[in-house]
Amino acid sequence: MPEKTYLQAISDGLRQEMRRDERVFVLGEDVGVYGGAFKVTVGLLEEFGPWRVIDAPLSEIAIVGGATGSALMGLRPVAELQFSDFVSCAWDQLVTVAAKQHFRAGTPVPMVLRLPSGGGFSGGPFHSQSPESAFTHVPGLKVVCPATPHDAKGLLATAVDDPNPVLYFEHKHLYRRIKGEVPDERYTIPFGKARIERAGDDITLVTWGAMVYTAAGAAAELQSEDVSVEIIDLRTLQPWDKEAVLESVAKTSKLLILHEDTRTSGFGAEIAAQVVEEAFEQLDAPIRRIAAPDTPIPFSPQLENAYIPQVEDVASALRELAAY
Amino acid sequence: MAIARDTESLSSSLDAEQLGLDRAGLLGMYRDMLVTRGIEERGHILYKQGKIPGSFYTGRGNEAGAVGVASAMQPEDAGTPLHRDMGVHVTRGVEPWRILAQYMGREDGPARGRDGNVHMALIEQNLVAMVSHLPAMMPVAVGLALAFRIRNERRVSVCWYGDGAAARGDAHEAMNFAGVRRLPVVFVCDNNQYAYSTPPQLEYACANLADRAAAYGFDGVVVDGTDILAVYSEAKRAIEKARQGGGPTLVECVTLRMEGHAVHDNAFYVPRELLDEWAKRDPIARFRLWLSEHVQASEAELSELEEQVKALLAEAQKRAESSPAPDPSELEQGVYAEPEQPQENADA
Repeated sequence: MPEKTYLQAISDGLRQEMRRDERVFVLGEDVGVYGGAFKVTVGLLEEFGPWRVIDAPLSEIAIVGGATGSALMGLRPVAELQFSDFVSCAWDQLVTVAAKQHFRAGTPVPMVLRLPSGGGFSGGPFHSQSPESAFTHVPGLKVVCPATPHDAKGLLATAVDDPNPVLYFEHKHLYRRIKGEVPDERYTIPFGKARIERAGDDITLVTWGAMVYTAAGAAAELQSEDVSVEIIDLRTLQPWDKEAVLESVAKTSKLLILHEDTRTSGFGAEIAAQVVEEAFEQLDAPIRRIAAPDTPIPFSPQLENAYIPQVEDVASALRELAAY
Repeated sequence: MAIARDTESLSSSLDAEQLGLDRAGLLGMYRDMLVTRGIEERGHILYKQGKIPGSFYTGRGNEAGAVGVASAMQPEDAGTPLHRDMGVHVTRGVEPWRILAQYMGREDGPARGRDGNVHMALIEQNLVAMVSHLPAMMPVAVGLALAFRIRNERRVSVCWYGDGAAARGDAHEAMNFAGVRRLPVVFVCDNNQYAYSTPPQLEYACANLADRAAAYGFDGVVVDGTDILAVYSEAKRAIEKARQGGGPTLVECVTLRMEGHAVHDNAFYVPRELLDEWAKRDPIARFRLWLSEHVQASEAELSELEEQVKALLAEAQKRAESSPAPDPSELEQGVYAEPEQPQENADA
């Protein structure tokens, strides 16, 4: 099986979707001639032409609204916002129009919005955010956060198939750093089905996106201290695989939730609440959350390292849980 | 300085024929205006009887704009009408009883009680249900046109908005994108001179909202929004131009909102003289007179038509009132659309 970067998996997956289904088209800023700010759409303009790879003006509202309208007329837009931070400009289009359309009018809005997200490269407060949790609070939207190249391609295919607005958060810090085996043929990965990144017996660690790798680093450290950590990569947050988390907690009795988004009202709070509601008696320790502090994401590397959860932060929380 | 073209009212039946409107078509437009106003008048009464929850909005004064533009569309054309454009739904064939059921939050309203007022549309009529954030529908209307352009279909999208919505950034992004890509979309500005209580001089500083079209690289035209034939004529011209690949047009239909923003608002801030002046230009009364003078519609013929509409609406109200309330046990259904077919080759 060929090995690909996370970025290449998304890029190849997108090309495969466009070859397979002529309803699929790409819309965004600099996606055509330039090939996208991160080069995910390189080569698509040449292959599919200017009406399937559409360079839009600097207009997030028009991009998301345009995707919504064309989806209502039967197309399958895959729109790109250059950075997930800029989704704030299009909040109304997503939350007011697209998310509520099926509930109110019974009309599906089959669109995918690609949102490069996450920090780790000194992008500062406006190019490094992880806004996925906010959208899990909006009924009608689906939220996808792949961590591996394999999942990135399979979840993209599922997103294109899905008849709802899907927010596809691709983590920028993984684009070129992470490689993995990716089948050439098309495959889908169901939404709401978690992946066990690492099996273990003592502590359940639930996470997604780039934090999967931070979790893996910490779990490796704990392994040498004879603590076995089970890492669950949720892969999608709306819907999310509660059953997988409950099953793991039933085995380990201890839960750590890790995310790159800020702590208060982050999706970790929802996971913790549901585990307490449904598995309180199975817990042998208070649930721990490791998340970014409640501040904007800062620019300077020293500050950004203090902001984004690091392997050591996770390892020390795991040690405390193990000792509880 | 005004930039947009100003239009003249049509004054002879010959003009109407040139537009492709025959006598039956003209009387049909008159009927659609009557049904539109009649539904809203009944809605007013139902609201006062406590049968319509929430608030209630009408488009009195806008009937010519809504019916005129909708009559110029083809069935395959699409659009995003707003809350003063109920005539669009009527013209495209939503049954009046379903609109009244919609007002009352009943199961048979197009939104099935999940949304109220004119927040409704039937996608089979190629209309998209509006949201309260009115200009948010403008980029969506552009998206409808984008789909037509991508597929090389000879279809046109009609994007309604108002003088208030024109002040929002969505309007700019929608028109700019449509202009850049010469998309088959017609922007129809229902300029009823009041955004809630705010008059034109506090909403925009240009002479006409249609003047803005020049900045987006397409034509703007100002039309008397109480003259249904003038509206039809300009809408038809703009729609067919878009269909031929000529890009967008902005048609500004000027009228006056003859009632408050919603039923709770007595519009005390609108000068009495202004209302009196525009009352003389009532779009339905104007068209009625025109029909009698130019297509020899007799008093008896017009009265009979009016009586038919009254009877239709009385029946519609009865049927709407017998529509059941939505079932609360179904509340959580339909938040998401179900995938069309099971996902093949699923690989967990």
